[in-house]
Amino acid sequence: MNDPQDRIDNQSRRSFVGTAAAVGAGLGVAALAPGLHLIEVSQAGTARSPGEAASNTVRWGMLIDTTKCASGCDACVKACNTENGINETIKDARQGSQWIRKIELKDPKNGREHSLPMMCQHCANPPCVDVCPTGASMKRADGIVLVDRHICIGCRYCMMACPYKARSFVHQPLTEQNPEVPRGIGCVESCTFCVHRVDKGQMPACVEACPEGAMTFGDLNDPASAIAQRLAREPSTQVRADLKLNLGVRYQGI
Amino acid sequence: MHLEQHSRLESGLFYALVAAGGLVTAIGLGAALFMEHSGHVVTGMNNQIVWGLPHVFAIFLIVAASGVLNVASIGSVFGKAMYKPRAPLSGLLALVMLAAGLMVIMLDLGRADRLVVAMTHFNPSSVFGWNVILYPGFFAIVGLYLWMLMDRKMNPYYKPAGLAAFIWRLILTTGTGSIFGFLVARQAYQSAIIAPMFIIMSFAWGLAVFMLVQRAMYGWNDLTLDPAIRQRLKNLLGTFVAAVFYFVMIYHLTNIYFAKQTAFEAFILLEGGIITWMFWGGYVLIGTLLPLFLLYHPDIWPRPLAVCAASIGVIVGAFCQLYVFIIGGQMFPLEIFPDMLVSSSFMDGQIDHYSPSMPEFLLGMGGIGLAFTATAIGVRVLKFLPQDDISKLKSADGHLLD
Repeated sequence: MNDPQDRIDNQSRRSFVGTAAAVGAGLGVAALAPGLHLIEVSQAGTARSPGEAASNTVRWGMLIDTTKCASGCDACVKACNTENGINETIKDARQGSQWIRKIELKDPKNGREHSLPMMCQHCANPPCVDVCPTGASMKRADGIVLVDRHICIGCRYCMMACPYKARSFVHQPLTEQNPEVPRGIGCVESCTFCVHRVDKGQMPACVEACPEGAMTFGDLNDPASAIAQRLAREPSTQVRADLKLNLGVRYQGI
Repeated sequence: MHLEQHSRLESGLFYALVAAGGLVTAIGLGAALFMEHSGHVVTGMNNQIVWGLPHVFAIFLIVAASGVLNVASIGSVFGKAMYKPRAPLSGLLALVMLAAGLMVIMLDLGRADRLVVAMTHFNPSSVFGWNVILYPGFFAIVGLYLWMLMDRKMNPYYKPAGLAAFIWRLILTTGTGSIFGFLVARQAYQSAIIAPMFIIMSFAWGLAVFMLVQRAMYGWNDLTLDPAIRQRLKNLLGTFVAAVFYFVMIYHLTNIYFAKQTAFEAFILLEGGIITWMFWGGYVLIGTLLPLFLLYHPDIWPRPLAVCAASIGVIVGAFCQLYVFIIGGQMFPLEIFPDMLVSSSFMDGQIDHYSPSMPEFLLGMGGIGLAFTATAIGVRVLKFLPQDDISKLKSADGHLLD
């Protein structure tokens, strides 16, 4: 389980194998098509083609095993920052963007400690989407909650509404952005589940970077996926389950 | 109230006041431009305290705007003759204060340049989205109402227009309160009492503003408000102030009763430093007890400036109350993991701190400046001075007829 590659769920594997077989059969076509790079085809896996809409048959989710998450380890945070171009320096850390953060918990009754990453929980009923006046906060058909940077007016109402403090407001001009992850001053942003990678059939950067294999990503709707099977087999919790937001991120061990 | 009737000295003073108001507004606009150019990094706001001092100013102006229209409504909807001459001034103040409040809130947006986006993209489930309809609707309905009040030809229609404006303003303030009331995430909000509390707050704050403006206009024109009318208005203000206090008490008592909310209440009422001081000293003492004393002590209220001082106290208390509600409500940490000790790089489990920056303050003052300037010009060029026909209002023994 420790090798990130092992954590690609079963559906991804099946799709990958299927696609790879199709590609193998069509190699002659690929050779005849100028500009078609084999390397891109081989990465496709569960990738969507650019014009294809996200499907509501899929619900992307994440399972985080806090018993494996080491206190003091912030590999997921660093990977997120690198992947999404969050590299600005800001004097007051409270004004900086934190798409994912490590939280240390201690139960005062028994002294038990936990460490876990906290990010957008990709709710099925997201309060941020409900309150957004322009519809910039939106949930994709496959359950990923995003901000449309073109119509976000920077009112921060979604930040008031989010129970997980998962959203950040860009407080200053930005430079050196990742072209695949547009960010902008005056807009709100949050974890996208690395949607640009997921759409290419890859894992979110944090999942790939976790040295303990504490994060499992996959399709909650696919009973054969690793995440769905573990959720069916092992106990897990949703943070602030009382709010009944039906979260895409689940935790174990807390 | 024609321009040619004013003396040169008086005209000079008027232009000086308008220039001063315009300057404050211009400085506010400059501050907004600075914030827009530099980003909100130059403000005291952050990713936990996302709404700051500009929102305190804006929400005061927006709530008081709907409340100040109450004076007109009492005349038009409830048929009280004494309030009818005050309806035009009430309508004017409602329009300029709403415009000023919206200016502040719009210029605080991260992308104020996307105002057109805000007006062309509508999310029906957003309370903010509802307000995008409620605010322009308020301008239109109150504008029509003013027209029907002030144009003799349209006068027969002022009552239905007044009723429409009254209903619209109740919905509008419900919308403003619900911006907070519908928030499930933070301990300070998520309460159904907030919308009606905002309505009663609007009554008190709007009337306090109205009393001050009316007093200034009477003073400017060497007029004195009839004591019976003054008494009626100050009693109404006192009733509203007491009613706000009742709602605030219920809000806090409910929270104290709920075990999950006691830590939040302890922060606001006992341990919140400046927030606690603003609640007890600003809202309770200056904004509630002092005005009630000034308005109801039989030896004090008849004195020339007692009602004015009470009105100022109500407004100071309103700002303190909003600061406690908006800033204090965000300073308290979100309870993401109940019963756990929490720490992180993002102020989880900690009380946040907030120091408003000068641009934020100047932007808020810019809104006050705009409201002041527009009111001064409005009352100068149009007939907004409340003029009472005392003989029709009073019975033979000197009491108000209704």
